[in-house]
Amino acid sequence: MSILESKIPAGPLAEKWNNHKSAIKVVSPANKRKLEIIVVGTGLGGASAAASLAELGYNVKAFCYQDSPRRAHSIAAQGGINAAKNYQNDNDSVFRLFYDTIKGGDYRAREANVYRLAEVSPNIIDQCVAQGVPFGREYGGLLDNRSFGGVLVSRTFYARGQTGQQLLIGAYQALNRQISKGNVEMFNRHEMLDVVKIDGKARGIIARDMVSGEIKRFGAHAVVVATGGYGNVFFLSTNAMGSNGSAAWQCYKQGALMSNPCFVQIHPTCIPVHGDQQSKLTLMSESLRNDGRVWVPKKKEDAVKLQKGEIRANDIPDEDRDFYLERRYPSYGNLVPRDVASRAAKERCDEGFGVNGEGKAVFLDFKYSIERLGKDVIEARYGNLFQMYEKITDVDPYKEPMMIYPAIHYSMGGTWVDYNLMTTVPGLYSIGEANFSDHGANRLGASALMQGLADGYFILPYTIGDYLADEIMTPKIDVKAPEFDAAERAVSGRIEKLFNIKGSKPVDYFHKKLGQTMWDNVGMARNAEGLKKAITDIKEIRAEFWKDVRIPGELNNLNPELEKAGRVADFLDIGELMARDALDRNESCGGHFREESATEEGEAKRNDEKFTYVSCWEYKGEGEEPTLHKEDLVFENVKLTQRSYK
Amino acid sequence: MADKILKKLKIKVWRQNNAKSKGKFETYTIENISTGSSFLEMMDILNNQLIEEGIDPIAFDHDCREGICGTCSLYINGRPHGPDTEVTTCQLHMRKFKDGETITIEPWRARAFPVIKDLVVDRTAFEKILQAGGFVSVNTGGVPDANTIPINRDDAEESMDAAACIGCGACVAACKNSSAMLFVSAKVSHLAKLPQGKVEAKSRAKNMVSKMDELGFGGCTNTQACEAECPKSISITNIARLNREYLVARISE
Repeated sequence: MSILESKIPAGPLAEKWNNHKSAIKVVSPANKRKLEIIVVGTGLGGASAAASLAELGYNVKAFCYQDSPRRAHSIAAQGGINAAKNYQNDNDSVFRLFYDTIKGGDYRAREANVYRLAEVSPNIIDQCVAQGVPFGREYGGLLDNRSFGGVLVSRTFYARGQTGQQLLIGAYQALNRQISKGNVEMFNRHEMLDVVKIDGKARGIIARDMVSGEIKRFGAHAVVVATGGYGNVFFLSTNAMGSNGSAAWQCYKQGALMSNPCFVQIHPTCIPVHGDQQSKLTLMSESLRNDGRVWVPKKKEDAVKLQKGEIRANDIPDEDRDFYLERRYPSYGNLVPRDVASRAAKERCDEGFGVNGEGKAVFLDFKYSIERLGKDVIEARYGNLFQMYEKITDVDPYKEPMMIYPAIHYSMGGTWVDYNLMTTVPGLYSIGEANFSDHGANRLGASALMQGLADGYFILPYTIGDYLADEIMTPKIDVKAPEFDAAERAVSGRIEKLFNIKGSKPVDYFHKKLGQTMWDNVGMARNAEGLKKAITDIKEIRAEFWKDVRIPGELNNLNPELEKAGRVADFLDIGELMARDALDRNESCGGHFREESATEEGEAKRNDEKFTYVSCWEYKGEGEEPTLHKEDLVFENVKLTQRSYK
Repeated sequence: MADKILKKLKIKVWRQNNAKSKGKFETYTIENISTGSSFLEMMDILNNQLIEEGIDPIAFDHDCREGICGTCSLYINGRPHGPDTEVTTCQLHMRKFKDGETITIEPWRARAFPVIKDLVVDRTAFEKILQAGGFVSVNTGGVPDANTIPINRDDAEESMDAAACIGCGACVAACKNSSAMLFVSAKVSHLAKLPQGKVEAKSRAKNMVSKMDELGFGGCTNTQACEAECPKSISITNIARLNREYLVARISE
């Protein structure tokens, strides 16, 4: 397939990145000063990329919808960041991190990209320490590590339960330094609404100033999209309220392919839904599974009593507790990967063993580690998480076990990129969670932060030069060009169309309806019938949305409902593509579980013969069916095996 | 514990269409709110009710709803982030309120934080303070191995205590002088406690303080309201550290 040139370098795995770096072009400092780059999104990927590109001498314009880059949702990552430092002397290595990530992703990621990720991971920790990230330390003054799911070594660096916050602050500081030097022009409270192409190349964006409502044009020699994932298609997720898939979706509509959209991660340890007034779900870090034991009652009558509120967890003796992860997966126990832990929780709850009023929760119990280590140790490790849990639920997790249930958390799928992180649109890049490249069908814990920073600090700043070296003769992009006129007209037209519907229902009504359909049919367990139903349902919700949504307020003012409406309009389209992709992939792998493809024990069953590919969807116009392209995955360094954590 | 239903609440809220218009309080009634709902979920429900009644919904800032992004910024019943300790507005839950209560909601009030709309304020001043020096001057790449410099664990922990600041602005809203000293001192301490940040500690303190003064924040008169209302319990000992760094910087000029 000609449009899918992955540009994976030849040669042995361990030498690919070095060879590639030597082979790609470099832009001279004098020419960098003449080139402009737009970075959309300022989470770990966007902020680190914007800062690093500006340090190199490029002129950077960075955009975020929040009132400050520091508020991007990377900030909410709790547990940690992986790196193959082998500081613990437990036989960790670049190869082991690569292997764990490929296996954890259920063999649906590119070997070369994943190896590179593992290879640059140690540099990230060095960089963050130099910036003043206050990682957790041992008494001797050296960095501490913790363990995470799906691996047998201890390679996760952390800053209490606020690792994402501290890493983002590090990148934000670097970004602020470049803003103060005038190398980055920062646009807060701006939302990208389209990417503009001239002669087939990405040359800028259209953005809405969210305070004044003004539609603005911005030109650049290259555009980098770092806008995270689309988990909010489910309405309830651990994503921030504003997290959205719209920037990536505009790239798709402009010709960038969308890959593996059905691969979303369902995180096993979230605070369960409390009723019908819930607006979002809160994650409890995976690191808690280091010291917490997951269980439900062995006897159904105990579960029923718990559901009715007649007894509490502590009334059930140890011998009547089913530590089902330890029972089913003795070698990894409570530290199985996220997809496995989520499905196991669903299985117990579906069988009637759920422990809250809705029967949709399991226990995560710290009693045993508090007995073993003392309350002080547990408090030092997880104090802020315990406090957060108590504030939300009014239950003290030092005394009673937490209740947890899986929730939508992360998008492994995303915009297709080549080895240079460039999409199928020349000059348009996608980094971090927004692209599809590194996590296959399931992401390991503490690897999202690693990928965001790897892309932004150490990969994109090199690879973008290969493209821009041929752009040094291109003058400053003229935003008066007819392509910008047309893009601005289209954006304004869509906003006015939405605004003028003046229907009867608020945006949330449609978003919740979409979310319910997605959770029921494109959630933890999927089958052909449900997926077809989802596609039909979404078409109906979309039709109703465009007929009956009500957007109050003014166009030329701060208008959160208008912002939400644009995002939900795109979520409707993204949801449909996810269902389509899930329908095509009639195998179970990672977070994607097709009921038609399971072992007798109910474990996920891959079908390598038919599905060892990346699905790449091409937009064909409104109302048209997209075209599926396939990038075949070639494994030269690992043997594909059925994943086992037993 | 089991959730109850608050049958009726009165919400008295600041309405202001834009930075230039004059604001005023409006009172709305809302019914059947679960005590297990968060304060912002109550606001969502109220807004959807207003939309259906044809009233412009209330604009308020919020994003992560996990207490970490620092976006939410409501002044509830006379307190930044409302009547609970060590929480942001998004983590405040309705169990802290009584049935039939009137809840008053205002934006952060400070000269340096002008209102954009309703409860949304412009905190760009915080950005400018950090841009004046709240960083370590290192570029990407070319840095030593992370374990080259051992750091005393207590220093790292103290640094982390200060680095926990989420930049919400509650300290400014709580202060009768609208001082940003707790915010500035948190950044100065976070970096000064680490060898990597120590190198520029003096100039950092000086530049950030002078930017803070320039932007219209008031002076610190040690009332400690900031610490009491900080959702992350940032300690005012950081202000003492900032004063020390600042003094040393000025003396050594």
